[in-house]
Amino acid sequence: MYLKRLTLNNFKNCTEADLSFSEKINCFIGNNGTGKTNILDAIYYLSFCKSYFNQIDNQNIKHETSFFAIHGYYVKNSKQQDTISCTLQRNQKKQFRLHKKLYHRLADHIGLFPLVMVSPYDRDLINEGSELRRKYIDSVISQFDKVYLDDLINYNKALSHRNALLKYFAVNRTFDKASLEIWDEQLVNLGQGIFEKRHKFIKSFTPIFQEYFNFISDGKEQVAIKYESQLKGNDLKSLLAQAIGKDRMFGHTTVGIHKDDLLFSIGGYPLKKFGSQGQQKSFVISVKLAQFEYTKNIKGFKPVLLFDDIFDKLDEIRVKQIVKLVSENSFGQVFITDTQKERIDKIFLSLNIDHKIFSVDDGEVK
Amino acid sequence: MNSYSSKLLENAVNELAKLPGIGRKTALRLALHLLKEDIEQVEAFSRAITKMRNEVRFCQECHNISDLDICEICSNLKRKKSIICVVEDIRDVMAIENTGQYHGVYHILGGVISPMDGIGPADINIITLENKVAKQEVEEIILALPTTIEGDTTNFYLFKKLKNYNINISIIARGVAIGDELEYTDEITLGRSILNRMPYEHSLKK
Ligand SMILES: [Zn+2]
Repeated sequence: MYLKRLTLNNFKNCTEADLSFSEKINCFIGNNGTGKTNILDAIYYLSFCKSYFNQIDNQNIKHETSFFAIHGYYVKNSKQQDTISCTLQRNQKKQFRLHKKLYHRLADHIGLFPLVMVSPYDRDLINEGSELRRKYIDSVISQFDKVYLDDLINYNKALSHRNALLKYFAVNRTFDKASLEIWDEQLVNLGQGIFEKRHKFIKSFTPIFQEYFNFISDGKEQVAIKYESQLKGNDLKSLLAQAIGKDRMFGHTTVGIHKDDLLFSIGGYPLKKFGSQGQQKSFVISVKLAQFEYTKNIKGFKPVLLFDDIFDKLDEIRVKQIVKLVSENSFGQVFITDTQKERIDKIFLSLNIDHKIFSVDDGEVK
Repeated sequence: MNSYSSKLLENAVNELAKLPGIGRKTALRLALHLLKEDIEQVEAFSRAITKMRNEVRFCQECHNISDLDICEICSNLKRKKSIICVVEDIRDVMAIENTGQYHGVYHILGGVISPMDGIGPADINIITLENKVAKQEVEEIILALPTTIEGDTTNFYLFKKLKNYNINISIIARGVAIGDELEYTDEITLGRSILNRMPYEHSLKK
């Protein structure tokens, strides 16, 4: 699958653009703040129905204009062309269409045009709390497994109900076992399934990830992703039973899959503390590349890959390794933004790959 | 917004805007519409609403909305009193009645268990259902609550309460997409669901 043509109107700082792309590598070169990232964000919109950077749709309309429009023309195979459009009138509901047919549920679109975004924000996966890492694997798994997504939504609802009940008990100094038990049962049923799917996912994901990391960093360091869950070796039913005193004291549920985490390590030590900036960067890029391959294997075709400004702080050899890697046949269409024209020119001079270079200045793309 | 030229109009708008799903803009449009209508028409409108509020009863048997102390369904001798279909509210009764496939009676809970909304088992009509079952007049309970986590949990609570009585507890087939409430299910599917209900135990995850 690849994006053949993209048109933009009043999207962020871009008044108008009509771009035709290479099936392989497309680079947008420009200084910071020129709007090269906005092009990637428009492509992201077409896959996920929202911005990667700014969840408030209205703020993605160009200042002093009344609407934005993004149209994408995709080629899935030699026979099939898909047109996706996303339009938004200021202060109205966003309209999302496939072949001019309006979606009633945006969720139906997610996963049809798979895309993987690699951006400087990926470092948050290392630095931020466990919630972000759970969100990350949840978003990857739910792209193929709608049952997982439903179970997760229901688990979180059941959890909120149970917490509301615990708070009610604490405030009113009462307790009713029967009322609490029915929510325990829901958490146990849903949580067990989610645990097993997360476990299975990380098990098949990690080897792919390790292979990419070795390639990018020349295989010097041993890296690992470990899935940590209270449910490992315990069943949630007995965990809930053991924790009841604690839960009543705190007024919320202290055990369950909402406490899961991923532990990133390098050479056996925590990555956050012991990894250099370059190692950390290679680590998250490898996670994203593994996500690409995992998605490709399940979907049966190649997702679009976006690289937003990730080459800074990486040495030239690693940058070249990455570009060389994604030029290979196992990868499909790639979009890259960078500030340094010389760096990009030099890479393509030594690699014989189909590519297009666009220069971006003040929202204008050439 | 203090720019109403009439206090009377403002009062009417304030009242209309209290209705669910009605914002101030729509409330104003409705009020202006009523002003254009014949006065008899508007009087009939407000009479119907006041009368409904004053005179409506809740059936003493099933808690359905009714004009009499016992609703038409419960007082119909042709309906089997030994089969009770448990639903959330009157909209579900209407949906199932429209299928013409069901000949038992109903029990309207008036809500589902939802601690986040402050609704516990004691806040909905569970005790009256248990009383009916305890009097040994019931052979089968059909659970037809929404396929939401709250509906599902309420089913489970009822099952735990009622499983020790000598009755069949069944649940209507969940062909409906997750999150779809009963009132949106088309009538043919629902009719089939009522006929193809399955024992509750079989619906539980292992
Ligand atoms: Zn009745």
